[in-house]
Parts: sequence; C-alpha cells; structure tokens
Amino acid sequence: MSSVTNNNLKGWRLLATPFVFSLLLLLAPLLLMLTMSFWTQDYLTLDRTFTLNNYEEALTQPVYQMLFKRSLFISLSVTLLTILIAFPVAYYISFYGGSKKTLWIFLVTIPFWTSYLLRMFLWKVILGYNGVLNSLLLWLEVITEPLTVILYNSNAVILALTHGWAPFAILPIFVSLEKIDRSLLEASRDLGDGATQQFFRVVLPLAMPGVVAAGLIVFIPTIGEYITPKLVGGTDGLMIANMIQVQFSKANNAPLGAALSVSSLIIVTSISLIFVIYNRRLLRKY
Amino acid sequence: MNNNTQQLPIVQLKNVEKSFGAVKAVDSVSLNIGQGDFFSLLGPSGCGKTTLLRLIAGFEKPEAGQIIIDSKEMIDVEPNHRPTNMVFQNYAIFPHLNVEENVGYGLTKQGVGKHKKLEMVNDILGLVGLTGLNARSASALSGGQRQRVALARALILKPKVLLLDEPLSALDKKLREQMQIELRELQKAVGITFILVTHDQEEALTMSDKIAVMFDGGVSQIASPKELYDHPTSKQVASFIGNMNFFKADIVSIDKKNIELNSVTLGQVVLSKVQFPIEPKSGSVEIGIRPEMLAMSKKSTNSIKNSCEARIDEISFFGDSTWYKVKFLLTDEISIVSEMHSQERVEWKLGDKVTVSWRPASFVGFI
Amino acid sequence: MLNNKNFLKLFVLIALIFFYSPALLLPIFAFNESQIISFPVEGFSLRWFEVLLSEKTLHGALKNSLFVALSSAAFGTFLGVLTARANSRYEFFGKKPTLSFILIPLVIPELIIGVALLIVLMQLGLSLSLWTVILGHTLLIMPFSTLVMMSAFNNFDQSVEEASMDLGETAFGTFRRIIIPMVSPGLIASFIIGFTISLDEFMIAFFLTGTEPTLPVYIWAQFRFPVKLPSVMALGTIMLIFSLVLLTLSEYFRRKIPKTESSRIV
Repeated sequence: MSSVTNNNLKGWRLLATPFVFSLLLLLAPLLLMLTMSFWTQDYLTLDRTFTLNNYEEALTQPVYQMLFKRSLFISLSVTLLTILIAFPVAYYISFYGGSKKTLWIFLVTIPFWTSYLLRMFLWKVILGYNGVLNSLLLWLEVITEPLTVILYNSNAVILALTHGWAPFAILPIFVSLEKIDRSLLEASRDLGDGATQQFFRVVLPLAMPGVVAAGLIVFIPTIGEYITPKLVGGTDGLMIANMIQVQFSKANNAPLGAALSVSSLIIVTSISLIFVIYNRRLLRKY
Repeated sequence: MNNNTQQLPIVQLKNVEKSFGAVKAVDSVSLNIGQGDFFSLLGPSGCGKTTLLRLIAGFEKPEAGQIIIDSKEMIDVEPNHRPTNMVFQNYAIFPHLNVEENVGYGLTKQGVGKHKKLEMVNDILGLVGLTGLNARSASALSGGQRQRVALARALILKPKVLLLDEPLSALDKKLREQMQIELRELQKAVGITFILVTHDQEEALTMSDKIAVMFDGGVSQIASPKELYDHPTSKQVASFIGNMNFFKADIVSIDKKNIELNSVTLGQVVLSKVQFPIEPKSGSVEIGIRPEMLAMSKKSTNSIKNSCEARIDEISFFGDSTWYKVKFLLTDEISIVSEMHSQERVEWKLGDKVTVSWRPASFVGFI
Repeated sequence: MLNNKNFLKLFVLIALIFFYSPALLLPIFAFNESQIISFPVEGFSLRWFEVLLSEKTLHGALKNSLFVALSSAAFGTFLGVLTARANSRYEFFGKKPTLSFILIPLVIPELIIGVALLIVLMQLGLSLSLWTVILGHTLLIMPFSTLVMMSAFNNFDQSVEEASMDLGETAFGTFRRIIIPMVSPGLIASFIIGFTISLDEFMIAFFLTGTEPTLPVYIWAQFRFPVKLPSVMALGTIMLIFSLVLLTLSEYFRRKIPKTESSRIV
C-alpha cells in the first residue's frame, strides 16, 4: 500500500466521527434552516410550498429593515470602539510590558472567563433609573435627578457590548504587534521618521492583520447579540436577534425566523469576507 | 574489521525501491553489510540515505525488493519486531520520563523484572558514561547527554543492528569529534553492527569500516574509507569525499599498461590503466588529484620533473595546514594545494611565483 | 502620543478599571443588607447567600448545568482529540476544508446555531431536553478542543512515537505509555475550557432546553423579578470565584504540555 493511501485511510478513520457529527449537527441544520425560510407557517401548521414571501417581508418591511440597520450600526460601533480601546492597551503591553507581558495578558483575559450573562446583567443594574450609577451620583450629589439617557436605548447596548468585548480585541492586536520585528522600528528611526510617522508608516500597517482579526472577533458575535439588547436596550435598542427569537416563540412564525436568520448570516458573512479580503490584500503587500 | 567471507552478511538489501509520490527516494539499491561492521551511508541531503535507513528499521515499506536481516526476510515484519534499534536524529527522548525510565523503556515489554532491569540500566549507563544520572529528568539533559541516553536506550535491547540517523549533527564541533571516537570505541566494545547515516564525509571516513556513497537514490560506490579516498570510481564520489582538482586532458596514445594524456595546463601526463575505474578508449577525459598531492617549490620547473608554474592567488589558514589557491600561469586555471605545517616549511605569500609539481601515480582518471 | 509611556500606562489602567469594576459590584451587593441594588450600601449581611441555599430550583438548575457541562466537555474533547490527531499526524484528502468546516461554529453567532438546531429538532419531532442542549454545546466546544489539542499534538513530533515502536512497543502500548501522558495536560485544559464554555452558555441552552433549565437559563428568568436580584448577586459572586479558580487551573495545565527537542512552540 502506498504511503498516500495509507495516510488517507488513517486520517479519515480518525476524522470520520467528528466530521459526521458536524455534518449532522451543523451542515444539515443550516441547510434545513435555509429550506424552511422558503416555507410558510400558519399558527402550528407548516406549508411547504416554495415561496419567497419571507424574504420579501424580511427585506422590505420597515420594522425589519430598521432592526437590521440598527444591529449593523450597533455592531460596527462596538467594533470600532473596542479596537480604539484595545489598540493602545495592546501597544502598551507589547512595547512597554517587558518581562511582565504574560502577566498583563493574563490580567486582561480574566474577564473572558466570568459569566457573560452576569456581566451584561450588571450593566442593567448599573445604568438603571434606580441603579448603581444613578444612586452613586445622587449620593455624591453630582446630579439631582437620575439620568435617563443612559438606559433602554442603543447607547446603553453599545456601552455594555464594548465593555464585554474589548478584552477579546486586545489579544489579536497584541499578537500581531509582538510579531513586528523591533529592528524595523530602529531602521525607520535611523532613516529619519519621527514617532508619529513611524507609527503610521511602520507599526500600524504591520499590525493591521491583528486589527482585522480583532474586528472580526468582535463584529461577528455582536451582530447576533440577544442578551444585551434585551437587558439594557429597552424598545429603542433591540437588535435583530431579539426579533428572530420572537418568531420562534410568540409569533409562531419559524419560516420568517429562518429567513431573518439566513439574511443575518449572509450580512455577517459578506462583511466578514470584505474584512478578510482586505486583510489578505494587506498581507500580500508585505 | 571483521572477516566476513565465511559468515553471511547481517543485512542484505536486494533491489530495494521506494518512492514518495513522484520522487524516487531509493532507486533499486542492493548492498550487503557484514556482521560487526561499522557501516556508513554517506551522501548529500536528499540522496535517500535516511529513507534507506528507515526501510531497514521498518518505518517505511519498500515498493519492490527484499530486505533481509539476520537471514530473515523482513517484508511483513513491523519495526517493533525487527532485530534492529534506532537512534533518531533528534534523539526522541521521552520528555515525561527520566533517564532510567527512558533507557529501560524497551525492557518493560519484554517482561524484565525490576531488579534485573535496574542492573541492566546501570550497566549500559556505565558503558555510555552516564552513571548516576538515573533520576535526571529528560528536560534537564544537555545535547551530548541526550545522545548517550538515546544510544543506551537502543543498546540495552542488544539488537543485531544499531541504526543511527545523523546522530552527531546536532552537536557542536568539539563534542562531535569526541563522540566520533567514543562511538567507534563503543561499537568495538559491544561488537554490534552499526549502520550510520551522515552527510559529513569526514565523519564517515573517521568512524567507518565501510562506506556506501549515495547520490539521487542510488549507491555510487561501496568501499573502505581509504579505498574511497584514494580510488573513487566516479567524479561525483571524488568531489564529494575530500577535495579534488580536476584537469581536462586528451588521450594521445594507449598501450598495454599505460595511457598517455596531454593536458593544456599540465603538459604530458602518463597514467597507468589501473588509475582509471573505467578504461577509456579515446577522446578526452578528466584527471583529478588531491590538494595534498601537489607540491610547491621555489625551484624552477626545469629542475623538477612533472611541474609547471603558478602564482598564489589566495591563502587560507587552517591551524594545522594551509590551503593555497594557485593560478597556473599558462592557462589561468585554478587549483588548490594544501600543505601540512612542519618545521621546514616555506612561508608563502600572496602573489608568489611557485613551481607546482606532482607524481603521475597520484592521479585518478574519469571518462 | 503613543510613545509617551506614562500616558499609555494611564490609559491602560483606566481601561482595566473599566473592565473590572462592574464585576466588583457583585461582592459589594451580595453582602449588602438592602434588597435594592443601589448606593448607599446598607450594611453587611449574609442573608442572600442563605436564600441561595434554600432555592430548590436553583439547585436543580445547577445540577442540570453540571450534567450538561461535564457531558459536553467530555464529548467535545473526544471529538476534538480525533480531529486534532488526524490533522497533526496525517496528510489526507480534504484535510484543510474539513478542518475549516469543523471550526465554523467559532465564526457563526450562537443565535444561528441555536435556531438551526431548533428547526431540526422541530422537524424531527424530537422533544427538547438536556440532551439536546448537550448536542448543541458539544458542537460549540469541538472547535475549541480541536485547537487546544492540535497545539498539544504539534508540540511533539512523530519520532517519539516511532522510537517507542522501535523499542518494541505495540501501537496501543505507545498510545498508553507515550501519547496519552504527553498530551494529558492538553486534554485537561481542553476539558476545562469546554466545561466553562458550557456552564456559562446561554443562547443555545435558551433555545434548546425543555422543562429543565440550565443555570444561565435559570438566572435569566430571575432577572424579571427585582426581589430576586440580590440573591443573583450572591450567586454571581460565587460563580466569579469559581471561574477564576477554573481559569487558573486550566492555564496551569496548558503550560504543562511537554515539548520535545525539535517541537514548535505555540
């Protein structure tokens, strides 16, 4: 038996179980979800005739359009804010962390391991009318009336999500900053660059892959966020995931829910692909 | 060296072939290795020597041909049942076990009792110079120590053949030279056949009883180190082992014993037929001579037979010898001359005019 | 600006305060006498912890979560080991695409996974239960386990396995004496990571759980009742400490993965 056939057999013997598992629990459900998006549901009965009605509804009805737009807006804002916070932190640790780098990174990743649900819930507690922030400010007599602008709208969602995801953005940026050959920085100084120029001409371009990775790590999950908008979004801050969940419970319209899910998936994948292609173009330059 | 004309060779390879996809790594190789020999497989990277070793060990299966070890055909025999043991290039020391556990690893399967095992381990540790390091963890060993553990681990099982895959390549020069001597002595002490793979021709020349020189999946020549050095059978082998200066020459005449040649640089050179591994018929050939077989003198060419004039172009100092790049005045051809340092030597300088001379018997001829 | 070390350091410290301070509220209000989560704090009390002790539904949810987490971590690690071993040892047809496929759950919102699985279960007429949650969590954990185990397997090279065979051991003996001990820290780390992910996972559990809630689903239900909030804070405090312990353990084991001479350090 040639080594090639032997390898194929051995490799697939191992891979068979996980692969089949993924086929059954990932591919099949996604395909079924796609199929269902073309059906109609009337209360509890399912009409299996092919129709594009759900997509028409999802893409033309103002309520869904608004939700998609808002979800995109929130998600992209969060992505931008997390990167703006994460980059200086990653920069500091990479360039000034010295021997304590691992300790810094460890400290930064700790929040990842505590309950996400609880962390988002805490924001509800913090931002509430009678919540921690207001009661603290009142108690310290910084304000006389509780603030209302901070809860039950998109801002609250953006704030809470930024808090939740910023640590995730730090790691990929840190990794790509670490990869930058320090002698390149010395070379650029030697050739006359000032600190700002060096940053924009050397550091930032080389750190871009990490920035793009961080962007994806934050963008993809946040656009499908359910918990945070439900907890702190009120009616003005709800996102598409909340509407999808409604279709599967109260509204009893699984096909529409499926169509909305497929649409969300397409939106997420397209934007991610744009990010990734941009990233590849950047890498090819270097 | 063992006289193995009465005994059967311990390893016989007959027309062994192995390919990886489109690449033919081992191309119909046949050779015999005598019992008790220190045998080396020598060649540049990619020549197939490691593949050949792994075929003997059983980690690769040949597509054609036979591998016979100790008179038994190995075609269906797995590595763990072959009478061979291997020292891997990176030593493959088990990192989660200490020295004693590493060395005694193979004895567990054999069902050796604890007492006996400890005794055997200590014996072999003494043999390789690692006495007392039983409890040392694998990660705390130096490169040289890891190598000895790998050796001990294999030798304790008393294989018929010990296979060594470039065992010294990871060591620094001084340690390497020391280990070369130690390995040779170890082999003589235990009397086991060693098959060593290396790309370092100096290493092979120092340690081996016999060397098989390999290029591109095939064996070019099998001979003792001296034979290989003095009488290489091809230009490829001649260039790979040591250094050689080559000159083009045309055949002027051939008689019963000798061949008269004319070289533009050297003039007339008469060689005996035995100096050609393959007897030439007519036309041009190449003749080669080792750097140390060329002599330099201040005397004029008229007073020395077989000489011509050259100028010293470059000088390289090697501690115990000096190498000179000389340019022959007649043709601008360049050769290397080496001189061992001795009490009476001349201090040559760059640009000096010298008379380079040789003995015709020192040449080897290739067609 | 960026090369001003002190300015950066200040930024980092502020950022860290921003990251950590909400969590600090948990112990503050867990021990707070008052029913209402707001300042000023009214005095030290352990009553909310006592409430937790008597909450039967909480205990049930905790048991469910432990069951789900242990099972999912076990299955997920098992499948991850198989995938990782195949990918780090052999070259085979379709190697890259299948690996990418198995890693997909990492880049799809959990919502979509939950929805898709729900649809399948609905169509198959299967009822939701803890087992359906286990299926979903296993799917989620598998990519993480694969990545951890690939790092473990890549950290030692084939010659160690060959050496074991060369010295007389069978394939199974090699697996038992060499491979398992060398990757066991990776196995443990992978299990702990999977366990933690499952324990805290909300979305998929929310969609796929039947009548028996997991801990996050239970907690979610509590959010509606202001009177329950302080005990949630108490519960959160306990969970916080527990996560930190788990995290330290997992990192400890991940670092213990042994490396051989010619291994690549991840």
